[in-house]
Amino acid sequence: MTTLTAWLTDPNPKSRRQARLGQAWLAWLRLRRNPPAVSGALIVLVLLALAAFAPLFATHDPFVQNLSQRLLPPGTPGHWLGTDDFGRDIWSRIVYGARITLYIVTLVVVTAPVLGLLIGTIAGYFGGWVDLVLMRLTDIFLAFPRLILALALVAVLGPGIINAVLAIALTAWPPYARVARAETLTVRTSDYIAAVRLQGAGAGRIIWGHVVPMCLPSVIIRVTLDMAGVILIAAGLGFLGLGVQPPLPEWGLMIASGRKFLFEQWWVATMPGLAIFTVSLGFNLLGDGLRDVLDPRSESR
Amino acid sequence: MASLTETSPPSRLLSVLRQIAGGLVTLAITLLGLLVVTFFIGRVVPIDPVLSIVGERATAAQYEAARLALGLDEPLWRQFLIYVGDAIQGDLGVSIRTRAPIAEEIARYFPATLELATLGTLIGVLVGVPAGVLAATRPGSIADQVVRLVGLMGYSMPVFWLGLIGLLVFYGHLGWVGGPGRLDPVYDMMMQFTLTQYTGAVLIDTALNGAWDAFANAVSHIILPAGILGYISMAYISRMTRSFMMNELGQEYITTARIKGMPERRVIWVHAMRNVLVPLITVIALSYAYLLEGAVLTETIFAWPGLGSYITDALFTADMPAVLGGTVVVGAVFVTLNMLSDILYRVVDPRARR
Repeated sequence: MTTLTAWLTDPNPKSRRQARLGQAWLAWLRLRRNPPAVSGALIVLVLLALAAFAPLFATHDPFVQNLSQRLLPPGTPGHWLGTDDFGRDIWSRIVYGARITLYIVTLVVVTAPVLGLLIGTIAGYFGGWVDLVLMRLTDIFLAFPRLILALALVAVLGPGIINAVLAIALTAWPPYARVARAETLTVRTSDYIAAVRLQGAGAGRIIWGHVVPMCLPSVIIRVTLDMAGVILIAAGLGFLGLGVQPPLPEWGLMIASGRKFLFEQWWVATMPGLAIFTVSLGFNLLGDGLRDVLDPRSESR
Repeated sequence: MASLTETSPPSRLLSVLRQIAGGLVTLAITLLGLLVVTFFIGRVVPIDPVLSIVGERATAAQYEAARLALGLDEPLWRQFLIYVGDAIQGDLGVSIRTRAPIAEEIARYFPATLELATLGTLIGVLVGVPAGVLAATRPGSIADQVVRLVGLMGYSMPVFWLGLIGLLVFYGHLGWVGGPGRLDPVYDMMMQFTLTQYTGAVLIDTALNGAWDAFANAVSHIILPAGILGYISMAYISRMTRSFMMNELGQEYITTARIKGMPERRVIWVHAMRNVLVPLITVIALSYAYLLEGAVLTETIFAWPGLGSYITDALFTADMPAVLGGTVVVGAVFVTLNMLSDILYRVVDPRARR
């Protein structure tokens, strides 16, 4: 163990990987001293575990209806979070719902930041009128109310999980473009870029190989902070019946189904909401912590 | 940049005017962009706009006549010009559901949203600013941790769920507040038939009419949705206030003021606050704009007859012109608020001028 820490904290790393792992180790040490961030990371880990091993955690099949068992209160033996109006076990549905939430978040995360990175780095690298046009476009999209635009897009595309993701991604990229452009402007004129250019590298190679990596830390922080928002918008779309369709156990959809008997069977709407709240709080805590750790410019106490 | 300090007063006025003009140009471009987006959304929609007007059993001639009346035979760019021209003149088309002009309908629904969002922002500012200042003056203390956690929870809360829980607890169990809607049915009738409607905002109208029991009823109905929106807005405002205030308190002029023996209360609320207020204007405007949007989900929970209910109701009846009309209006208000706060910020803070 001591040799490993010594290797990680070696001031003269022998290889690039050692240097990188050393940096990650230091970041982890800083993160560990931030209890809220650690609890956020724990929540996210639990979410990942639930999604990955859903069949192990679920006590029932999330789709099987059992009308003799409908609307049982929490604490009923076998159904510790109760059952919904079709007699389905709410805990099992929440567990399987974690997969849907994670699926949506992942799809948004692999589209919106990539699009934003592309637009931001191109705008920053080329400058001039390319920059002007792309940034105006970014401003226009940034000025839109996100949920309303997503609503209008889903209304056009039709409800469904992929269309919801598309709508969220189309409204989520502008902040990434802003961040990426700002980072690009700071590295554009540096010597190492000039050196690569003198070696004959094209713009595409420079941007992809040498500019994008410099933008990644800021973008990653932004992604973590954004995930909570993505989860909330996806749940909102699901709640309005515009996202994931029944009988899939999406959390927003589950709240909507419990709304009809809110005052008599409160748990049907309450439990999935708690899940949404916990998970987005987890991402927010983690994102906050990561920003404090990775971004030296942020407010430090 | 260097000449900024040497410029004489008239040219400073000129620079402010230039800022405002530049802001207005940006505003116009952004609004045009908004219309481009809604126009294209309206064109790719799989619902045939002609069919939804003339119905399934129309003859080919009727169909063609309706198509011409909608201007759908024109080339796309001309259709867009007509669309923009109409929008500028306040014509957002006709609702398929009600056959009424959308702009008129929105004008009827909008005050309810405005009333809700305004009260929400007011609550957010009144609670959020003092909370942020408290946290900033005692960094790391219990108070700071609490403000930070409560704020982060506000960021993480699905607003529609919070609305349902609020209804469950404060209406269903405790009976402290009125239920969904803006008024009890009795007062609703009274509002419609015996009271003069001045503004469309129930709180103001009932007060102006001197109908205090109706006013009290309106308060009991609005307090929960406004409180929930206020919490969401407070989360953002307190966080930003904390960060701005901490930044100011580290400045040298604060140290000077303290060394002079000025009471801490005055240092914070007069000296530092003056400078915190400048960026805070932007934050408050942004949170106001955000509440207009957040009102969409809240309104569906509380059966609040505002723009959000209008848009979602239109969505479920496949009334696309109404959905897009509502989107344009919310978007335009959002963009204008953004831009106004930006201009105001540059006018108030000389450092922000280029």
